[in-house]
Amino acid sequence: MTTPLLEATDIHRTFGHVQALRGANFSVMPNEIVALIGDNGAGKSTLVKILSGADRPDTGSIRVAGETMHFGSPYDAQQAGIATVFQDLALAPDLPPAENLFLGRELVRPGFAGRLGFLDRRAMRERAAEQFQRLGVHLKSDRVAIETLSGGQRQSVAIARAAMWAQRVIILDEPTAALGVVQTQRVLDLAKRVRDQGISVVLISHNMPQVLDVADRVQVLRLGQTVANLDASSASVDDLVREMTSGTAEEAA
Amino acid sequence: MTTTTAEAPTRRDTGDLLFRTLTGGWIFLLLIVLLSIFLVLRPEQFGSAYNVQQLTINAAIFLVLAVGQTYVIISAGIDLSVGSVLVFSSVVSSKLMLYLAGDGGTSFGTTDAGWGIILVGVAAAVLAGMAWGLLNGFLIAVARIPALIVTLGTMGMALGGAQILSDGVDVRAMPERLVNDIGAGSIAGIPVLVLIAALCVVVAGIVLHKTRYGLQVFAVGSHIEAARRSGIAVNRRLISVYALSGAMAGIAAVMANARFGTTTINGHVMDNLTTISAVVLGGTSLFGGAGSVFGTVVGVFIPIILLNGFVIMGIPPFWQTVAMGAVLILAVWVDQLKRRLRKRG
Repeated sequence: MTTPLLEATDIHRTFGHVQALRGANFSVMPNEIVALIGDNGAGKSTLVKILSGADRPDTGSIRVAGETMHFGSPYDAQQAGIATVFQDLALAPDLPPAENLFLGRELVRPGFAGRLGFLDRRAMRERAAEQFQRLGVHLKSDRVAIETLSGGQRQSVAIARAAMWAQRVIILDEPTAALGVVQTQRVLDLAKRVRDQGISVVLISHNMPQVLDVADRVQVLRLGQTVANLDASSASVDDLVREMTSGTAEEAA
Repeated sequence: MTTTTAEAPTRRDTGDLLFRTLTGGWIFLLLIVLLSIFLVLRPEQFGSAYNVQQLTINAAIFLVLAVGQTYVIISAGIDLSVGSVLVFSSVVSSKLMLYLAGDGGTSFGTTDAGWGIILVGVAAAVLAGMAWGLLNGFLIAVARIPALIVTLGTMGMALGGAQILSDGVDVRAMPERLVNDIGAGSIAGIPVLVLIAALCVVVAGIVLHKTRYGLQVFAVGSHIEAARRSGIAVNRRLISVYALSGAMAGIAAVMANARFGTTTINGHVMDNLTTISAVVLGGTSLFGGAGSVFGTVVGVFIPIILLNGFVIMGIPPFWQTVAMGAVLILAVWVDQLKRRLRKRG
């Protein structure tokens, strides 16, 4: 059996009296889209925060490609090849797409000018264009500020950026929550293309038909525990709903 | 499968250009229009070499201050302390030069301090300004106190500090070389003060628009959390921006000392609002993340040309204040319309 790219085992996390996670398990294999679903309060957001390095578990282990990791910050997770696109996207709305793709990793010119910090905007635009091309993201202009783009396009830019810098896994937190039908489909196609580039995708979503359509595997959280790990091709919406509402941890094992 | 890529690109480009000219460049057009009106109505007076020289000298000190303010506002901050920091730096600098020249007793006329002493005075002014800027930046970035409050506080502190150091009396003994060669001097017909301002503007413009540092300042102002999560050293960027504004106020302090031959303790109360309105007039967004040094240059010249034109035309200069207020409101209104239009995109 292959080693999971990212594996969380027996994760517990308590906030005051609230047990958000009570022994959750989660794994991502190479070249797959895994959906993480669960009702409100099932612990999805907490698990996502822990996987992305934004929060730490009380107990439980996180392994990246078989190696135990302790993420102190999202930056640590990024260093380990895991990038997360949160719902706020973390883009700079006033800057153009290329500048956003290279935010914090700006390219400078070669030689002395580079040491003075002079930007190589042309290289940034070219490499951004390549990345958009690879992932099939079409933007109306590469010079305009991100905030002039549609919600789906902004989401696409954020995903393209994550895929550019993550070597292993990108986590998409409710990427289609605020999008219309056409834009949703585009973002899901993008997720598939990211997977085809060799980066696994974790998709957090409420939309069950969508999950079954795009994911290879579905893991279900209920009351802070993993209650199901289903093959998306053989599962139905009814299966998912049943697991979300009445699944127990024993079944998953 | 995605957007309509078949859309005619040429039409979109012209539309883009028109849109940008109308929204971003309109203030530049306003400057051109003002210049043309005054040039047509009073060509001899307004276009004279002497008048142009006076215009640029009047602009020089504000340009230096406003360039620092541009960085601050692009980073989504504000610096109300620039005028007071200028005063503080000018007092520190002139007191130090007076002391070093060994003429501590007299407080009138000029001293014969050499360039060495003047250089020390310049360094002292820049360092004093930068120190206030570092304090501003630290309180804003690390202590997370709103910039409006921090710089309002240091505005009072710096002015009060200057008054304590000087007993509230202007230091009127400046090195003669400073006043003659820098304040009143010119190289190849261009006033030295204007050359200094131009140098500051060009360097600041290049750094802001062409370097990684500049782009990160834009990113911090556009979305501070996004910048932080991308690994940009947000606090250091913020502190540096205020330090730069303070240092610019230090340079402006030397220029003011050189120009007037005295400190001008009571002459800079409005500098903060003057520079902020110049920056905003120049298209820099008060919300941060967007703006340019070039716009600020235009924004500095508009009120100066307006005033100059009114004086030449014999319109009471008080009207300039009225006109400037209206233009400022118009500028912010256009900025907001622009943002709304863009968001609809």
